[in-house]
Amino acid sequence: MSIQSGERRYGASRSRWFLWRERLIETTIAVCSAMTILSVFLILLSIVREAIPIFFTAEDPASANFGGFFGQIVWQPVSDNPRYSLLPLILGTAKITVIAMSVAVPIGVLAALFSAEFAPRWVGEIVKPFVELLAGIPSVVMGFFALIILASIVQTLTGAVARLNALNAGLALGLAIIPVIYSVSEDALRAVPNNLREASLALGCNNWKTAVHAVLPAASSGIFASIVLGLGRAVGETMVVLMASGNAALVSWNPLDTTRTMSATIAAEMGEVVVGGDHYRILFLIGVILFGFTMILNILAGWYLSTMKRRLSGEV
Amino acid sequence: MAFVGSPAARPALLPLIGGRKTAWAEVLLTGLSGFATLLIVLTVAVIVINIVAGGYQVISWEFLTKPPTDGLRSGGIGPAIFGTVALVLLMVIAVIPFGAMAAIYLHEYARPNARWTKAVRFAVNNLAGVPSIVFGLFGLGFFIQTLGVGIDRAMGLDVTWGQPCILWAAMTLAILNLPVVIVTTEEALASVPPHFREASLALGATRWQTIWRVVLPQALPGILTGGILAVGRGAGEVAPILFTGAAYFLPYLPGQLTDQFMHLGYHTFVLATQSPDVDATRPVMFGTVLVLLVLTLLLNMTATVIRARTRSRQKSG
Repeated sequence: MSIQSGERRYGASRSRWFLWRERLIETTIAVCSAMTILSVFLILLSIVREAIPIFFTAEDPASANFGGFFGQIVWQPVSDNPRYSLLPLILGTAKITVIAMSVAVPIGVLAALFSAEFAPRWVGEIVKPFVELLAGIPSVVMGFFALIILASIVQTLTGAVARLNALNAGLALGLAIIPVIYSVSEDALRAVPNNLREASLALGCNNWKTAVHAVLPAASSGIFASIVLGLGRAVGETMVVLMASGNAALVSWNPLDTTRTMSATIAAEMGEVVVGGDHYRILFLIGVILFGFTMILNILAGWYLSTMKRRLSGEV
Repeated sequence: MAFVGSPAARPALLPLIGGRKTAWAEVLLTGLSGFATLLIVLTVAVIVINIVAGGYQVISWEFLTKPPTDGLRSGGIGPAIFGTVALVLLMVIAVIPFGAMAAIYLHEYARPNARWTKAVRFAVNNLAGVPSIVFGLFGLGFFIQTLGVGIDRAMGLDVTWGQPCILWAAMTLAILNLPVVIVTTEEALASVPPHFREASLALGATRWQTIWRVVLPQALPGILTGGILAVGRGAGEVAPILFTGAAYFLPYLPGQLTDQFMHLGYHTFVLATQSPDVDATRPVMFGTVLVLLVLTLLLNMTATVIRARTRSRQKSG
């Protein structure tokens, strides 16, 4: 009897302690999950805070203003008469991104189609590690490859005057984003239920018809999402373009001209600016633009993916 | 549907059912998509073979342990390897607990359709898409200019924390890798069959006891995978550490949290772009890239293998 009562007393205090501990742990865990939201806010807040004063308390308001950013065409931040036009940088980013996307989208989507629809299983098993290998190559190594090896090949083939140019950077960047497009597209294609394929085959369509008319339309939202995600990656990627594009801020659509992107500008110049100066703040402003743009693309991609999920589960 | 069989509808349906042209189209599409796949495989092979061929002669014990000499043109990469390892260790210590707990919240506690859960998922997805250079800006603007300068001011120090150093670089990378750890941990938690949890709860265990004693031990390989992937990315990412702590060259190894450090990726960048004499640097450069490549690929492969095992268990379980 004495043992029993002792146990009961022990049990009562233990359960109270357990309840407390349970609550404490649950709260800690919830706080940790809040860290993710906090991080996004902190990132936005801290880059906006460093950028915003440029519009109010610029050291050189004559050149560091809205008209200066988008009205002129010269990026010349370090000079007696600094020019801060973002146009050559935006144009450079657009040029390289277009080249990269026109390489990565066809290759990524077609290869995903091949793995998901046409290839026998064993081929897929061989291809997969290669794509994972490509995804695992650090961007600085890809930049190195573009700078030392690819650039010479591109120059020989095109006869470009500038060894490092937009084409070279675009090709390397395209390679770097193929894994994103491939893996998201492949997931989307594999998510298409088999009864769609079976229905199509039963109607007498061959593999090709089935892939193009039944599977691709069903997976289209997911493939769009992969393209949008790849685009976000391409616009924000830094090391590849920093090392492979030549980095002259020209206003030119010629893919064989040396080119400077927004991300590479931040990486190349942030080391040498005066903290709190105009140049410093403008580099943060470029960061804000990049953040905003990729955020929009991410939201878009998420929307496409959820559309696809709802469509496949038959809600739409 | 009623007039599918009517003669008028037949021409429209013909291309769907297939005629002579289809064989061509099939060959073309299969060929094109196969070619795209082949292109990926070949490119990867070309990149890896080039780097291995250019770098393997340089690799030796001296190269891996000695500091660079002769204006980075010869000598080894010992300090860069040390700096990279120290950096990723600090980062992993910071990111694993937070990432794992956030994942436990999302998978074990949160109601899937609650507004808060959706907000957390939205944040994780967006964090994964933020360009790495923006993380660098964040590290500079928040950790160094706000936190570091704040600490210095509060403690009345000279510039100690308010400058680029290994701690802030590691913290920046930790936030960069938060989504990686969360996603892989969640995947691991999902691979634990629900009836394990039900059995534990039915025996009277509390929610946390169930997670701690039943779920986590089984999900551990998955959490490890997240850590390994994060390490692989931390070793390779250069943009976030450009202005948060990486050093061009240091005569000493980092011994304190406020020291700067050398980094394999940054060292690659420096050798490839800042050297006045590229030909003289070439062997060292290829050697450095080879070490970095092998390191990141080995880490990624380990993660893939563990992941594949977890997945196969999930299928059989």
